[in-house]
Amino acid sequence: MNEYIYYPGCSLKGGSRHYEESLLPVFREIGMKLQELEDWNCCGATAYFSVDDTMAAAICGRNLSIAEKTGKNIMAPCAGCYLTLKKSNDFLRSGNVKAQKILNDLKNTGCEYAGKVDVRHPLEILIKDIGAEKIKKKVRKKLAGLIVACYYGCQLVRPYTDFDDPDYPVTLDSIMEAIGATPVDYSSKTRCCGGSLTGTIEKVGLRLNYILLKEAKRKGADALVTICPLCQFNLEILQSKIVHKYKEDIKMPILYFSQLMGLALGIPKEDLGFSRSIISLKPLWEKLQNGGAK
Amino acid sequence: MEIQRKVKYEEELDKNFLDEVKEMSGCDEIDRCIQCGTCSSSCPMSVYMDYPPRKIVSLIKNGFKEEALKSFTIWLCPSCYTCQVRCPAKIKITDVMYALKRKAIEKKVYPSRFAIPILAKEMHRLIAKNGRNSELWLVLNMYLKSKNFLGLLRMTPMGLSMMKTGRMSLKKEKIKNKKQLRTLLKAVKEGR
Repeated sequence: MNEYIYYPGCSLKGGSRHYEESLLPVFREIGMKLQELEDWNCCGATAYFSVDDTMAAAICGRNLSIAEKTGKNIMAPCAGCYLTLKKSNDFLRSGNVKAQKILNDLKNTGCEYAGKVDVRHPLEILIKDIGAEKIKKKVRKKLAGLIVACYYGCQLVRPYTDFDDPDYPVTLDSIMEAIGATPVDYSSKTRCCGGSLTGTIEKVGLRLNYILLKEAKRKGADALVTICPLCQFNLEILQSKIVHKYKEDIKMPILYFSQLMGLALGIPKEDLGFSRSIISLKPLWEKLQNGGAK
Repeated sequence: MEIQRKVKYEEELDKNFLDEVKEMSGCDEIDRCIQCGTCSSSCPMSVYMDYPPRKIVSLIKNGFKEEALKSFTIWLCPSCYTCQVRCPAKIKITDVMYALKRKAIEKKVYPSRFAIPILAKEMHRLIAKNGRNSELWLVLNMYLKSKNFLGLLRMTPMGLSMMKTGRMSLKKEKIKNKKQLRTLLKAVKEGR
């Protein structure tokens, strides 16, 4: 089996620490113990591509080089880190003159990189390396009756489309089915949450997230499940303001897929970062306790 | 109101602009555009844009450099890549937007006090300095540098709920080998 080293990025050590808190125990339970990449630096996200694209490739190159020395591939749970590292990796492997120059600079600063590392998202690893069937066998407590809207956002499925469909992906839905939850046909599953626009132009953020929550509510979801820290943050933190502005009850828990997986695999709920939810999880617990009956 | 000419004469256009953009990474296919509008109709942000993506491509192809670089469009693009995967001419539209952002920053023609380029520059600076981003400081600096004190005030309840759930800290994140990262960035910058 492929071996992975864990690249947290800024979010999983900051505002999305409950993603890390639930993801690591889930992978341990599945039989994959993850070590953190030594002295990793930030991926640069969209900011570096907006300011300086050669520097963007160089700082990602440093992370790839550290990973290469361990002989493992990178697991990047944040969709932003995943895309940025993958995009830079492609560029560094391209043989382009500018890329050669950056590889040379990397070498001269002790970060030699031969292009051997692959960048993968945990969802991709669950689907490709482990498989929904094996996950199903590990389930101790089926989340029967829980109705979820699976939200993929943008950067996990675009522009790279090698592991799922860019418009209507299904891998997260199949994981949710494997743990006993019921995914709804969620047509907004790859519509953008606005990313950092929530912080820069709030009214745009409110509108985009209102559309996403409204659709999930309309389809009868009890909770929305995400794979990306920024999506999770936007969808959760804006809810009170959206209710205030649009006068509609769109409130619902926004959870990481790893939190629900953890519950199903029998990990105590106290160890899965649920206490970090800003939205009340009471309806969720009630639903799960009654085996789906409200 | 002052009456101004709304249409440019041909000699005022920058005929080299298309070639200039095509030199940038991901932009070499741009003249394959058939102006079908798939990008604009796919874009979740086009309703807020001064020029939707299709028009931006047309501006580039026809030498409207100033209009393209000073547009709000390029900063409103949230990099969701929907246009890019749907484009029938396989133009990397998101990468074109990035290229225009870089050019606008280089020429200092982005809209002043507009938070988005300030956020990008601030994140760039933080990572170059410490190797890591610190979420709280990034947001704080963005509001201060765009002189949006009211906006900062409005963010306080959000900040408090993040603090209460232990999701935000005042700590400035740093990597151990800052020297290595700085040497690397310096080499990359000098080599261009």
